[in-house]
Formats: sequence, C-alpha cells, structure tokens
Amino acid sequence: MTRVVVPIGPQHPALKEPLNFRVIADGERIVELELNLSYSHRGIEKAAEQRDFIRALPLIERVCGICSHSHSTVFSMGIEEIMGVEVPPRAQYIRTVIAELERMHSHMLWLGVAAHEVGFNTLFMWTWRDREAVLDTLEELSGNRIHYNMNEIGGVRVDLSPPQVDAALARIPVLEERMRAYVAMLEDEETMLARFRGVGTLSREDALRYGAVGPTGRGSGVDYDVRRDDPYLVYDEIPWNVVTDTDGDVYGRTKVRIGEIKESLGIVRYCLEHLPDGPIRVAAPKAAPPGEIYSRYEAPRGEVAHFIRTNGTDRVERVDIRTPTLANWTSVVYSLVGRPLADIPVIVAAIDPCLSCTSRITVLNRGEDARGETSPYTGQAGWFP
Amino acid sequence: MTDPLLLVAYVLVLPGFLFLFAYSMVFEFLDRRIVARMQNRVGPPFFQPFADLVKTLGKEVIDPQGVDRPVFDAVPLVGLAAVTTAFLYVPVIGASPLAFQGDLVLVLYLLTLPTLALFLLGWLSRNIYAAIGGIRAVTMLFIYEVPFFLALMMPALMAGTWSVSGIMAWQQEHLWFALLQPIAFVIALIGLQAKLERTPFDIPEAETELVAGPWTELTGRRLALMHLANQSAAVVGSALIAAVFLGGPSLPWTIAPPVFGAAAGFLLFLAKTLAVLLVLATVRGATARFRLDQMNVIGWKYITTAALAQAAIVLVMNAWWGGP
Repeated sequence: MTRVVVPIGPQHPALKEPLNFRVIADGERIVELELNLSYSHRGIEKAAEQRDFIRALPLIERVCGICSHSHSTVFSMGIEEIMGVEVPPRAQYIRTVIAELERMHSHMLWLGVAAHEVGFNTLFMWTWRDREAVLDTLEELSGNRIHYNMNEIGGVRVDLSPPQVDAALARIPVLEERMRAYVAMLEDEETMLARFRGVGTLSREDALRYGAVGPTGRGSGVDYDVRRDDPYLVYDEIPWNVVTDTDGDVYGRTKVRIGEIKESLGIVRYCLEHLPDGPIRVAAPKAAPPGEIYSRYEAPRGEVAHFIRTNGTDRVERVDIRTPTLANWTSVVYSLVGRPLADIPVIVAAIDPCLSCTSRITVLNRGEDARGETSPYTGQAGWFP
Repeated sequence: MTDPLLLVAYVLVLPGFLFLFAYSMVFEFLDRRIVARMQNRVGPPFFQPFADLVKTLGKEVIDPQGVDRPVFDAVPLVGLAAVTTAFLYVPVIGASPLAFQGDLVLVLYLLTLPTLALFLLGWLSRNIYAAIGGIRAVTMLFIYEVPFFLALMMPALMAGTWSVSGIMAWQQEHLWFALLQPIAFVIALIGLQAKLERTPFDIPEAETELVAGPWTELTGRRLALMHLANQSAAVVGSALIAAVFLGGPSLPWTIAPPVFGAAAGFLLFLAKTLAVLLVLATVRGATARFRLDQMNVIGWKYITTAALAQAAIVLVMNAWWGGP
C-alpha cells in the first residue's frame, strides 16, 4: 500500500482540544509524524502582566480547566516567596487537600478518557460517575466544581467547617472501594489489557532523554516527584509514597495513576484529620519587591513550573508558564512511530495532554518566511521532531 | 401457504419487511438500553430509533466533492435489499414458506453484502477516514467470515440439509445445536458480533481513530438506509443463529389450532432473538476495541482453529451415529 497522509485534528473525535497531527502511514503503520501544537494561543501570560496579583490569580487559574488549583497555587507560592510572606499552616493544609482532590478527579477523568480511546465506554461512564463524588466534595469545600478559586496571596479564601470536613471524610471509603474495583478490572479485562500492554513503550533512558514528567515519567521508572524532591505546602510533613512503575507503557502509566489516586485519598484523609487550627490567611502586601523565582509544583499531569519576575509593583513583569504536556509531547511522537494507526488515540491520551494550556506561541504568516521546516509530504510548515 | 395473497402478506407485512424494520428498531432500542444500563446511564426512550430514522431520512443529503453520486446513492439500498431478502429465508413463525435446499448459503452470502456495501461507501467517499475504514471492514471480513461460515455450516453437516428451516426441523426431533455443537455456537455469536461491527470488533468505525470510518460522509437518507440495513442485519443474524442453534420458532409438539401454533412460534422467535441480543449487548458493554492486527491473530489463530476442531468433531459424530 502506498503512503497516505492521515490528518488527525485540529477537529477530531479523539482529541478534546485542538491539535494537528499529520500522520504519514504505510497502510496501518505510522512511518512519520508531523506535529502542530499551537492552535489556541490565548495570550494569558501577557494578560497576567497587566493585572495586579489579586486579579491575576483568577486568570492564572484559568490556564487549565483541570489543573486549575495547580496553576494558581504555583503562582501564589512564587509571589509569596518573593514577598517573604509565611502562609499559615491551616491554609497550607487546605491547599494540599484541594490539590490532592484535584489530582484524584484529574486521574479519574484520564482513566475514563483512556478507556474511551480504546472503545471501552463502560469504564468511561463508571469512572466519570465516581469522579462526581470528588467534584461534589470540591464543590462543598470551595463552592465550585472546577475553578475552585481557593487561593489568595497569603492564604486561602474560605475556611473548612467541621461538617464540611466530615462530609469529605465520609466519601473517602466509597472512593477507596471503587479504586479497588478498577484495579481488579485492570487486571482482568483482557480486551483493555490487549490495548494497554506494550503500547506506547518508553524506556527509562528515553523518558529521561525526552524529559518526560509526571505519571508518564514515573510509569517508565523515573522516580521523580516534585512533591518529594522539592517539597512545598505540607508534603514533607505527611506520610505518602511516590508511585512508580517499570512497565513503561500505557499500562504502566495507568497503574501509576490509579496508585496515585489511592495515595491522594490517604493524603486527603490525613490532612482533614490533622487540620491545624489558626488563621487561614495573612495580610500580604499589595506590591512585591523586585525579584525572580522559578516556582515548581507537581500537577496531576506532571511538573508545572512558573518563572515569575517582579519589579516592585503590584504586577508581575513576566510570568512564563511551562506545563507538563509540553515536556511530555516529544516522548509521544517518539513512541508513536512504528505503531499501528489504531494506537494513536491511546498513546496520545496516555500522557493526559492538556493542549490549550500548553499553547504558548502562535505562528503567523506561514509560508515564505515560516519558521521551522516545511513538510516533505504536505508542504506545510510545522514542528518536526 | 399456497394462496399468493398470503405469500405477499408474508413477504411484505408480518414476518416480512414491515415487521423486520419495526423489529430492528425495537432491537436497537433494547441494545442501546441494555448497554446504557450497564454503563449506569438511562438510555434512549422507546421511540428513539424510529425518531432517528425519520429525522435522518428527512435531512439534507450532502455529496462529498467528486463522489460518484448514483453509485453512492445505490450502495445503501443494495445493502438494505440484501438484508431484507435474507430475512425471507429465516424461520419466524415456523418454517419459511420460501425455504429451499441451499437457502442457508444464500442467507450467509446476502448477509455479507452490507459489509461490502460499507467498503464501497468508504472507497467512494473520497475521504481518508472512510477509505481506511472501508479497507478495515473488508480486512475484517476475511478474518471473521471463514470461522463464521464454518460454524453455521456445522449444523447443516449434521442435519444433512442445507435449508435453515430443515435444520430447525431436525432440532425439533433431536436436540438444539447449541448443546450439540457449543463451539460452533460461540463462534457464530463472535462472528455475528464482528459482522455487525460492534465492540470489540468495531474496528472499521473506531470513533476515536477514524471519526466514523466508512460512515463519515454518509448523510440524510443514505445514512438512514445504511443504519437501517445494519440494524436489520442484527435482527437477521440473531434470527439465523436462533434458528440454526437454538431450535428457532418451533416446538417439539404440535398445538391444535395452527393459529396458536404460529403465535407460539412467533413468541419463541422473539424470546430467542432477544436472548441472542442480550449476549451481544453484554459483550458490547464489557469489552474494549481490538486492534486490526490483534483481531487477525485472534481470528486466524484461535477462532478458525476452533471452528476446524468443531468440524472434525462433527465428522466423527456423524460417522459414529451413521449420519448422512
């Protein structure tokens, strides 16, 4: 069979966000990939520079629709460090609770999406049903399901009352029970295993070479987690483990994510049971002194980093956002080549891509002075790893 | 049934076309409802398949650029015609009045036509997803068709007749072939699932890979007719398996007035086809989609081998009991 160019995206049922692959396939086998990543540049960094910190926080939270708390926490942690503000312990515990609940609902969402990509819609429906329990908890604690808006510079916005804590604790055993069911399903469901095992394999060396982060890296045996290796909030005070796996394929990443949900349940339970008393925020100054900070955070998808530079005003001079999806992309392109077409959705989904969050540039005037290379197959500009 | 009017009524109304279309919608409703309940969803209301059919029939028909229009229009009709014709030879309220020696082979080949229609649609669509989907459909045909045919011919081998109604009559006197030939029964169910392109064999129309595969460029009445053909094929396939393996609409004793006998047969037909549907729907809800290469391995390595083993067993049984 001759080579065919299969366009995947920008609009495609497998993709929840705009992204464009041009897959050059030989029959069912992928021989080359052209990746065009940037479709939804929103200028969020520039917009953040034009707002004071109080107004920038809700904006930063909207970088991502799933890791919203991750972005707002990493940003406020950076600003607080420049200001020299010490966040009260109770606020740190509340931030940790929200962060881990967010990790749980993100991983459950991912499990459903991955199942849907291989046509296993029953698991998709089940995980999304159980994810509602986590979202309900978040709504009870913060008032919102997705954009919790819990962070303020200097602490958190709302306190947790004892009934809220009890209601959240009551949901944990139910979720633990569901996780056990999913682990059993992962071990028994042969058709799903056939699609997950040995697919998208990434060795430890390759994971390090391509800079894979988060569950993608940990699923390949890279024992790295910002929460442990550069602790923030209260992760150095509470008992928890970094989950790793040596399979290096989609199955390995699935096991890591389910393991992390279990760990998150433990962290949330510990934090809610050991919630210290005291204030939930301190009054932070309006302006930050000049300074630069590289703030890091372990989002559900991996390490998210904000580089922040302040100049003595109440605004950032520059904020540069590096999302985990950007770090994981190259490994996807690498592990896709040589695979059948049918593996594209599941391998792409295995890194839990969050494309609109990743879009930091936009290329104008494609054509004569297009940056990058021109595809030998399609004649279009793009990024070719 | 020598009265020509009765025959016309048979072909057009009761167990004929009208019933087939109506029943295929009930079938689709139950299929979607069962899977929805498995998935903790509510599922569609009873009239949803009918509403969908009426709606899509009335929608605008969009021609992809450069498509061969008359052929593109004709292909869904051919698929639908093949399936409805096949239904005439399957027993519904007792043996089919049109039965003849060899109608089993005819039904099997007519049931192959919708797949070929899908391939043609994919090929004609001038769309890369449709083309790949069409090629996948035809590749899958080569994988599941051999064991499916083998499995459905085993009862014929044992009963010594090539007529579906004849096989049914044989079971009336002896035993269901599902019990006599369990391997062939399971293979036939797997083959039917693959033929209808349902999970885990929905490889040609894998939504997350190929948008809708060969269905991508189908709109309006083309989509409606092709969908109806597919749903009718589900009914015909289930009815075929019910007749060949589960004794079909026949009772081991005769009921005094023939009307009651026919009614009992009809109820048995409904019960048995719905039982087949329940199995198919459960499998659809409980599995993930295979890849084409995995399907190839499973189909040729295991299912075909099992079908051949069943053939050997049947030949030995025939020799033992002095079969035909």
